[in-house]
This record gives sequence, C-alpha cells and structure tokens, in this order.
Amino acid sequence: MSSKRVDVAANAAAFIDKDDIHEPFHDEHLWAARMKRDAAARAVPEWEALRDLASQIKAHTLTHLDHYLELFEANATRHGAKVYWARDAAEHNQHVLDILSSRNINSVIKSKSMLQEECNMTAFLETRGITVTESDLGERIQQLDNQPPSHIVMPAIHKTAGDIAEIFAKAIGTDPNNADPQYLTEAMRQDARQRFLKAGAGMTGANFAIAETGSFVVCTNEGNADIGASVPPVHIASIGIEKLLPKVQDLGIFIRLLSRSALGTLATQYTSHFTGPRNGGELHIILTDNGRSKRLGLPDFWHSLKCIRCGACMNTCPVYRRSGGLAYGATYSGPIGIILDPTFDESKYSELPYHSTLCGSCTEVCPVKIDISDQILKWRKVMAEKKYLPISRRLAFGAAGKVFEHPGLFHGAETAASAAMKITPHFLLYNRSLNPWGRHRELPHFAKQTFREWYLQYKQPDKEPSPKEL
Amino acid sequence: MNLNPRDQVMEAVRSNLPSEKVAYPETPAFAKTITVMLPAFEERIREAGATLYKPASLAAAQALLEEQYGDASVICSATPDLKGNLDIHSIKNPHDLADVDVGIIRARFGVAENGMVWLTQEDLVVNSLGFLSQHLVILLQPTELVADMYDAYMRVFLDDTAYGCFMMGPSATADIGAVLVHGAQGARSLSVYLV
Ligand code: SF4
Repeated sequence: MSSKRVDVAANAAAFIDKDDIHEPFHDEHLWAARMKRDAAARAVPEWEALRDLASQIKAHTLTHLDHYLELFEANATRHGAKVYWARDAAEHNQHVLDILSSRNINSVIKSKSMLQEECNMTAFLETRGITVTESDLGERIQQLDNQPPSHIVMPAIHKTAGDIAEIFAKAIGTDPNNADPQYLTEAMRQDARQRFLKAGAGMTGANFAIAETGSFVVCTNEGNADIGASVPPVHIASIGIEKLLPKVQDLGIFIRLLSRSALGTLATQYTSHFTGPRNGGELHIILTDNGRSKRLGLPDFWHSLKCIRCGACMNTCPVYRRSGGLAYGATYSGPIGIILDPTFDESKYSELPYHSTLCGSCTEVCPVKIDISDQILKWRKVMAEKKYLPISRRLAFGAAGKVFEHPGLFHGAETAASAAMKITPHFLLYNRSLNPWGRHRELPHFAKQTFREWYLQYKQPDKEPSPKEL
Repeated sequence: MNLNPRDQVMEAVRSNLPSEKVAYPETPAFAKTITVMLPAFEERIREAGATLYKPASLAAAQALLEEQYGDASVICSATPDLKGNLDIHSIKNPHDLADVDVGIIRARFGVAENGMVWLTQEDLVVNSLGFLSQHLVILLQPTELVADMYDAYMRVFLDDTAYGCFMMGPSATADIGAVLVHGAQGARSLSVYLV
C-alpha cells in the first residue's frame, strides 16, 4: 500500500516561509516546554535512575508481551470489561462500528488517542453516518480545520490564537476578531458540553494498561476523557498492545516521568484509572496490533515500542521545531515519527530519516531511553540499501553515504553535537533570514559538515572507535 | 490454520518476541525528598491552580461553602460531611448532574509531591459529579497525605474500584496560543478544604 512519498523538506520549507509569525512561535513554545522539562527533571534526584527503570520495565514487558497480554485480558474480563482483538486498523474500526451500531449509537465523543488517529477511525465512522466529536481542545481545533494533530501532546501548537479565532468563527460563530484564549476556550466548552450530553458513547485511548489488574490509565489536563467515560453509557477504549505494564506500582515511575517529560508539569490535572465498567455503564477494550507485533520482530527497531508518547523528543528536536509537525505527513511526527512511520510504509516515509541533524538531543530527553537518533541513522541505512534515496541526495551525501553503513560509528558525532546543542539551542540550519531552508538545499548544512568533519577525523582505521565503545 | 483475531495477534506477538529476555528490574527505595508533607502539598496544589482553605471544623466548612457559593443554585454533595441541595443518591442517570454548580467530594488522600488527591467511584457516588460540576470542593483530612507517587500507589487498590482518579487541580488547557486557561471541559475551579 505504498502511496506518494512525503516530501518533508518541501513541506517544512512551506511552513517556514508562510510568514514571520508561525515558525518562530512554534519554535519558541516548544523550546519553552523543553526548558520546563529540564527544570522538572533536575528537581527529581533519581531522574536518571527512573529513566533506566522505565526503560527496563518496558523492555521486560515487551520481551514477555504474550504473557502480559493474556494476563491483562483475563483480569479486564474478570472485572467485567469486554475485550476485543484487532490485527489492524480495519479490524479495530469494525469493532467500534459493530459496538455502536448494535446499540443504535450515532454520535460519539472522543478524547485524544494516537491509535485511533493511526486507524483513521474518525473518517471511517463519519462516512458511516456516525458523528465523531473530538473533546480535547487541541484535537477539536484540528478536526474543525480538517487537519491531523501536528504534535502528540499539543495537537494545534503550530497554530496561533488568531488562526483559531478564524476557525471557531466559522464553526461555532465566535467573533473572528477576538483571539483571546480565555474567550475561545469558553466558547468551545459551551459547544462541547451539549455534545457530551448527547453522545451515545465516549471513546478514549490509554496511556498505560496494567496486566496485574486489567486496568488502564488515561492522562489528560482537560478532564475530557473522564467526561466521555462518565457521562455516556458506553465507554470504548482503543489500546495498542505495547501499552502494557506488569504492575500497578510501575505507575509510580511512569506517572512521575510522563508529564514532567511532556510539558514540565508534575503530572497531568487528571490521571484516571479504569478497571471494568463503571456503575451502570459498559466498557469495551480493543487491543490493537496494527503493525506492533511486526515492529517487535525488528531487532534494530523494537525498542521504539517503549514509547510513552510524551512528545519530549519533538519539543527538543531543532528540525521539528522549525518544520512544524504537519510537514512529516504522518500520524507521528518529530523524532519518534521518523522511527515509527517507516514501519507503516517504507516508501511513503523514506525521506523522513533524513529530516534530522542526528544531534542526539531526542535520545537524551527520552524518558524511556529509546535510542532514537541511532534508530534514525539505522533507518537511513535501510533507505539507502533499498535505494529510496533520490539521486540528487545520494550525491549530496557523498562521503557520508558510506558512513550510513556503519551506524555505530556515528556515536562520536552525535555526542559532540549534543554538547553544542546545550550551549546554543538555536544554532541550527534553518535560519530564515540568512538561509531560507528547503528551497535550494538538499541537506541541512549542519549535518553535512558534521559528517564530513567526523569522517575526516575518523577515516584512518586506527582512529576508529572500537566496537566496545559504541 | 484458521485462527481468530485474538489468536492471530498472540501468534504474531509470540513469533516476533525478541530473543533476548529482559528481567523485571528491582526498584530501589529512593530517598524521600519531601519530609514535611502538608506545606509541600499546599504549595503544589496551589501551583496546579486550586485554592486551599483550612476550616476549623465541619461546621466551619459548611459556613465557608455557603459564603463561597452563596449564589449557586445546585450544590451536590457526595459526602455526608457537607450538605448541598441535591441528593446524589437520588441520581439514576449521570446526565442528571449536568446542572450542578458545585460538586463536593471527600478525597481518600493527597500526594505531597504534586498536590494530587485520590478519588474513587465510591467517593464520587456518580462519576460524572467530578466532571460535569462547574466547580468542585474537595474535602481532605490534612493527615491523609503521602509523600510521593511511589507511596501513593501503595494506597491505590485498582482491583477494588472500577474508577479512580488522581485529580491535581481544575481542568486546564494551553491549546490556544500556548496560554494557560482553566475550565476547558471539567471543573472551572477546585477548592480543597483541609478538614
Ligand atoms: S520516543 Fe521517547 S521522548 Fe519521544 S515521545 Fe516517545 S517516550 Fe517521549
């Protein structure tokens, strides 16, 4: 199912060139989130130990995933939830439709779920006559503008308040000249409330699923998932099979990491735990694979399944911050998107691994210690081997092309770049006035120069780092 | 082989399991950074956007409620400790709480690390009280505090409740212009009465 290749550089250039407002605003706010994340992390003395533990717990769960899935299913069922299995997006969407149609439900209210995005569920349901309303404010903005979320935690962060005032004016009749966030939020609250009360089902995703009790946890700041779960009679939760954790006590670690990493806050305003249906309600859980089992079998890439979708790698990524999330043309954008998207469609997303400076900042902030930048490099290797790289670019890479075949060798370059990153976060390539990026450029200069410097430095065999150091 | 989706997913997982097996790690007991819990809790819950009150008794709390929400028309209390004017036990349908101005709930305990309070389905009586109410008043005994999330999860028994929520403040969003606004979907304000 290969579709048209995403030209991420051109899309990014379009975002940067749009005006003088959007890209700097985007960059500034994401960098602010990164700085808040740093402060929050520094305030926890055991932060690094927590990242190690979280990474190990995830690795343990994933290497025993069959066991934990069975345990989760048994415990969720014991508590009265109905558990469904879906191999792919189509099966997931069909389960949702079956549950809704057998109960004559024609409107649902949903909170944010990247899995439901992945399955393109809203479009599927809407063409079958079911009204789907996003209840997360950012997701609702994106839904009204017919766009996917551009960031996994801040779905509309690429938009200014002025953009949103225009969208709301058309959709719900607010004053197009009033871009006050308080006013706009209130207007959408009033509109959404009616929809909450009318909906026949509430849909959520899950941040974590606990095998030991068959529970799942949803974290929001708005409380929208909780309204969806507590008001309509039916709650449907879409859960990717990689979301499992063995024990309730694991949450002590993961909840401490999640929001600090995402936005630099101590937690989300609501951390909600669902174990079986609430009083008087129904609970349906759809355990969905959609490519995850295949990813588990990829020795170089299965660690990406540890991802807890905090968005920290996006906030820190100098390329993402300047490009905007929509440039990636995929459900997942930023560094995590680069390593997940090709597992869905190698050809379509073959350009993404080049949309990175390999500075390594993503790897440094990831709360579950995914080797993101190493995986980006490995994906370049895959793309190079499969000749997805366009000719012009293959030439542009020149000497660096050879390096792609030895991913480990890159470590030195990455570390050096990371150090630079700390001193000058905005050192990057995409300086709009000096060098409008994307128009004439095949490859970010920074990466090119670093490859070359590094390559020249290490090309003599005796200078190669030994495999042990890698 | 004609497997159903469940068995097919399980089979796909089994055949793709990484060959290396990683052991479940030992979690050490980390040194506590918070030793005096109440001041930490008070500071954190204010940061999260809640307001804190310390009525001397339940009677004082009732007076405070009336002073704070004198003009509210529907007050619904899920705890016998404070009185409203809508009996939560008469509610059959969660939608019937759509007009509640003030919801009152007693939390089991609070977390000093971040200002969260733990509420279960049993404390809410009808879950939608926690989310349809325009404003929330949470009662919490000042002695019922734990230091951090590790200790908090020692007091959480998910097998015993269909729904439990760590609530840290009023509903919040920064989705428009990255500006913090309270009252996105859930409660517009959260008052904690330490009593
Ligand atoms: S890869 Fe790591 S940093 Fe990025 S979203 Fe996932 S958990 Fe967060």
